[in-house]
Amino acid sequence: MAAEVVLMNEVESKAAQLGIDLSVDLNSIQLPPGENFGIVSDDEDVYLDDQLEFDSGFGNVIVVDNLPVVPREKFEKLEGVIRKIYSQIGVIKEDGLWMPTDPETKKTLGYCFIEYNTPQVRYLQLFEEAELAKEKTNGYKLDRSHIFAVNMFDDFDKYMRVPDEWAPPEIKPYTPGENLQKWLTDEKARDQFVIRAGTDTEVLWNDARQSKTELVYKRTYWTESFVQWSPLGTYLATVHRQGAAVWGGATTFNRLMRYAHPQVKLIDFSPGEKFLVTYSSHEPSNPRDANRVVINIFDVRTGKVMRDFKGSADEFSVGGAGGVAGVSWPVFRWGGGKADKYFAKLGKNMISVYETDTFSLIDKKSLKVENVVDFSWSPTDPILALFVPELGGGNQPARVSLVQIPSKTELRQKNLFSVSDCKMYWQSNGDYLAVKADRYTKTKKSTYTGFELFRIKERDIPIEVLELDNKSDKIIAFAWEPKGHRFAVIHGDNPRPDISFYSMRTAHNTGRVSKLSTLKGKQANALFWSPGGRFIVLAGLKGFNGQLEFFSVDELETMATAEHFMATEIEWDPTGRFVATAVTSVHEMENGFNIWSFNGKLLYRILKDHFFQFLWRPRPPSFLTPEKEEEIARNLKKYSKKYEAEDQDVSMLLSEQDREKRRKLKEEWEKWVSEWKQTHEEENSERQKLRDGEASDEEEEYEAKEVEVEELLDVSEEVLPFEE
Amino acid sequence: MDRRQRLIAYWSDIPMAAAKTSRKITEQNKIQQKLGTLILSEKVREVEAIFILFEGRRRGKMRPILMKGHERPLTFLKYNRDGDLLFSCAKDHTPTVWFADNGERLGTYRGHNGAVWTCDVSRDSTRLLTGSADQTVKLWNVQTGTQLYTFNFGSPARSVEFAIGDKLAVITTDPFMDLTSAIHVKRIAKDQTEQTEESLLVIKGPQGRINRAVWGPLNRTIISAGEDAVIRIWDSETGKLLRESDKESGHKKTITSLTKAADGSHFLSGSLDKSAKLWDARTLTLIKTYGTERPVNAVAMSPLLDHVVLGGGQDASAVTTTDHRAGKFEAKFYDKILQEEIGGVKGHFGPINALAFNPDGKSFSSGGEDGYVRLHHFDPDYFNIKI
Repeated sequence: MAAEVVLMNEVESKAAQLGIDLSVDLNSIQLPPGENFGIVSDDEDVYLDDQLEFDSGFGNVIVVDNLPVVPREKFEKLEGVIRKIYSQIGVIKEDGLWMPTDPETKKTLGYCFIEYNTPQVRYLQLFEEAELAKEKTNGYKLDRSHIFAVNMFDDFDKYMRVPDEWAPPEIKPYTPGENLQKWLTDEKARDQFVIRAGTDTEVLWNDARQSKTELVYKRTYWTESFVQWSPLGTYLATVHRQGAAVWGGATTFNRLMRYAHPQVKLIDFSPGEKFLVTYSSHEPSNPRDANRVVINIFDVRTGKVMRDFKGSADEFSVGGAGGVAGVSWPVFRWGGGKADKYFAKLGKNMISVYETDTFSLIDKKSLKVENVVDFSWSPTDPILALFVPELGGGNQPARVSLVQIPSKTELRQKNLFSVSDCKMYWQSNGDYLAVKADRYTKTKKSTYTGFELFRIKERDIPIEVLELDNKSDKIIAFAWEPKGHRFAVIHGDNPRPDISFYSMRTAHNTGRVSKLSTLKGKQANALFWSPGGRFIVLAGLKGFNGQLEFFSVDELETMATAEHFMATEIEWDPTGRFVATAVTSVHEMENGFNIWSFNGKLLYRILKDHFFQFLWRPRPPSFLTPEKEEEIARNLKKYSKKYEAEDQDVSMLLSEQDREKRRKLKEEWEKWVSEWKQTHEEENSERQKLRDGEASDEEEEYEAKEVEVEELLDVSEEVLPFEE
Repeated sequence: MDRRQRLIAYWSDIPMAAAKTSRKITEQNKIQQKLGTLILSEKVREVEAIFILFEGRRRGKMRPILMKGHERPLTFLKYNRDGDLLFSCAKDHTPTVWFADNGERLGTYRGHNGAVWTCDVSRDSTRLLTGSADQTVKLWNVQTGTQLYTFNFGSPARSVEFAIGDKLAVITTDPFMDLTSAIHVKRIAKDQTEQTEESLLVIKGPQGRINRAVWGPLNRTIISAGEDAVIRIWDSETGKLLRESDKESGHKKTITSLTKAADGSHFLSGSLDKSAKLWDARTLTLIKTYGTERPVNAVAMSPLLDHVVLGGGQDASAVTTTDHRAGKFEAKFYDKILQEEIGGVKGHFGPINALAFNPDGKSFSSGGEDGYVRLHHFDPDYFNIKI
C-alpha cells in the first residue's frame, strides 16, 4: 500500500513538473479487490452477439487511451498504476501490458495495450475479463484531463472505418422481406425435411414421384449440436456454442436472426413461433452446489431478449430429475394455442403462469397448488390440467383438475383414489383429455391401469371412466387420433401385446366411449397416427427390431406390414402422405432412412453413415374451411385427375430417361469389350508361345461328354416303418 | 451312415453328425430353401423377373450345398480351369479339394503349419500352389496330395498366382518383424528336381500388406493391391512401377480382394470402403464402381453373364453382437454394366471372406467366416433375369 502511495506521489510531482493538473486524489484509484465501480453491464448480450464473429484472436486485448504522457523516468510508475487498476479486473497475461513510447522523445504516447490471460479452454470467461475491463474503466477519471477511453482491440477496425464527416442516414426504401412460406407453394406440393449426417446438414425435397430426394440446401458444420424446425415450419434453428440462430428464406436458407446464449444446450419454440426459449446449464464453482441454469426467452423476429431467468437447477426442476442431471425440458410450457399468450413453469407447490404481453406473472403471483407434480396445457385453449398425487398415506386422494387461465378458476376436478401415478394426454384439438391412472390393487403389491376421459368442449365437462377388458394389462402406449375422436392403446405383456382402438362416440350415442376393435398379439410398442388421422403405424421399435404395420382405423384392417431393421425413429410427414423411418447413429450400422407411402409401400431408401436427425418440415394449419375440405373430399376424383396425369407424365419421363441411360451404359460397355476382344486376339500367338504352343482358351474345342458311370456300392435291404 | 443319408446331409443344411432323422432333414431343408434362394431386390422393376423369381422360390430351386470341412474361417476359394474341382483355403492349416458339382470332399493337403491365405491351381490341374501364414508357399501334387516343394519366406505369404504357361508364379508376403511387404516372382520348374528357391524379381515399395498380386496380360505386368488402397501395375521384368490408381477415383480404404476377368482384360477390386471397382487391366482406367452397404471382403465376376458378386460383412469382432439380418452376410449380385443391384444370396451367418465362380458360369461358391463353403448351382431362371 505504502509503496503505491509513494509511486503516486512521484507521478504527481512529475505531473506538476510537466504542468499537468493532478487535482484529483490519486489514492482514489486504490480500490478494494472485487470492487467494480458499481457499473454493471446491462447489455452483455450485445457483446456476446459480437462474439459470434470473433475470430481475430484479439478478443482478450483492450486499448486504454487518454493516459498521461510521461517521460522515461516515470514510465514504470505509470505502468504500475495501470497494472494496479487492471489487474483488479482479471489476470493480465505475463508481458500482457504494453505501453509504447515515442522513439525520439522517449515519452509515452498516452495509450497502452492490455492483454488478459488466455487459456483456450476458458475461452468464454476470458472475453468477460477483457470486456469487463472495458465496461468498468471506460470513462474512468484518472484526473480531470485524463479520462480513460477504453476499447476492445477488435473494435478498432470498426472505428477506423467511421467516416470523418457526418452524413445523414440514407432512408432505405421499404423492401418487403422474403416470403418465408415460399416452400408451401411448391408446384408439385412436395414436403421438405432436414437430415443431419456426419458433419453435413441437408434440407431436401421428398420427391416421392421420382422415388428420390432433391437437394434444397446443404451446409457442412451448419450446427454444432442439433437442428430444429419451428412449429409452423417457417424457420430452421441451429444451435452453436455461442447461441442459437434461425434460418429461412424463399429459395435458400439465409440466416435471419441470431440469439446469443453462450453454451446453449436446449431450445424450444412457442407453438406460434413468436418466441424462442433457450437453456444452458453451467458447472457450479462449488461441486456441491447444483448447476447454474440460464434461460432466455427471445422474440424470434427481433432477436430481443424478452425475459431471462437465472438460478440454480433445483429451482427449475420440480418434478424432473433436477440437480446435476438438469431439468426436464421444456421448463416453460406454452399454453393458449398458437396465439402464444401464456407460458408456465412448475414450481414447488405452485405453477407460475406468465403472460407474453408483459412477460410477468399473471396477477403478479403464481398459482398456488400444494404438492403439484405435473401439469399440461390444452393444445388449443388456455386451460391447464394439473395433477396432485395422493398424500398422507391415502388420507388425501390424488387429484386432477382443470384450471382456466387467466381467471385461474377451476373448471373441473376429479379425485382419484389409491393412485400411484398419472399421465395426461390431450387430444390435438383440445376436445378431450385422457388421464391414465395407475392404481394400486387392494394388496398394494401391484398396480392396474384405468383411464379418466374428460370431454372438455361439453357442458360441465363430463368425465367417463374406462377400464380395459383385462384390467391387469400393462399399458405400453397410448395415442389420440389427431383431430379425431379415436384413440389407440397398446396393452398387455411383451413380447406380443394387444392393441385396442376406442372411439369417444358410438354409432347412436355421441356421449359414450366404445371399443372399436382389438388386435391380438402384435409386435408393437409404439403408435404413430397419421397427422390427418384415419391411418396409424403400429411400430415395434428397439426390442422388436423395427417391425412396422400400416393400419387403417376406418376399415380396421392392415394395409401392409413391413420392416425397417433396427429403426429408431418414425415420423409422418405433415400432410400424412408419407412416413419416414430412420436408423440413427444409436446403432453403428445400417444408418439412414426409408420413405414409405401412407399405406406401407417402400418408396426409396437412403443410407448415410453417422445419421443423427431426420425431421419433416412442419406446415402451418390449412386455411381451408371444414366445408371446403369436405367439398374436396366429395369431389376427389375431379381434383385428383390433374395429379394422376402428372404422375403418369413423370413415370413416362423417368422410364424414358432410364432407358436412355441404360442404352448409353451398354454402348460404352460394348466398346470396351470389343477393344478387349481385339487386343486379346492380337495377343493370341504370344499367349500360345507362353504356353509352349498349347492352344489358348478360345481355339481349343473340347466337348463335354456326359458319361454316366454306375457303381454298385452295396446292396442292403431294410424294413422301413410305414408312417401314417 | 449310409451313402443315401450322406447325400441327404450334403444336400441339406446340417452337418453329417446331426443327420439323425429324416424329419429333421426335411425341416432343415425348408429353412434352407428360404435362406438360400436368390431373392431379387426391389430395384428389379420388370414384372417378368420378379415373376420368375417367385416361381423359382416356390419350386425351391438353387438349393445350396453346404460344405462343412473346415474348422476355421474360410480365406480363399479357387476353381480349376475345367470347373470340376474346387479348392478351399481356411485358417485351419488344411487346404481342401472338393468336387465342384456335388460338393463331395476329395481330399486335403496336409503340411502347412499356419492359416492358409491363398492358393492357385495350374492350368492342367496337376499342381497346386498354396500360401500360408507359416511363412511358406508350398507346391503340391493335386492328385496325390504330396508336397512337391516348399518356398520359405521370412514372413507370411498372402497371395499366389501362376502366370500364363504356369512357368512363373507371383507371391506376395506380408510385412513382418523388420521385413517390409514384398512381391516375389519365382520360376516354377517343369521338372520338380530342378525347382529352386531363387526369386527372379522382388518388388518392394507399397506400404502395409499387399493383399493380392496377379499377372497382367501376357505376363508382362503384375497388378497389386493392398492396405494402402492403391492399385499398382508393375513391369514384371524390371520391377518398375508403371501405373498407379489415383487417389480421387480409387479406393479409400484397404483393398481386400482382386479378381481378373476370364480373358484377363479387366479386373474387379473390392475394398473395405464399401465399394468394388472395375478396371482396365492394361491402362488402369476406372470403368465401373459398385457401391454396397458393407465392407467388401470378396469379389467375383461371372464368366458367363454380365454379373459381379460382392461378399462381405462387418468385422468378425462385431458378428456375435449383431443379428444375422443386420450383418448383411449376403453375396450381392450386381449388373456389371448398369451397376445396379440385382439380388442377393443369403445363408452365411458370418461375413463372406471368399467368392469364386465356376468357369462355366453356372454355379458359384462362397466361403464365410462361419467356416462353411456354400456351393450354389443357379436355377435355369437365373439365366433369364432381365433388368
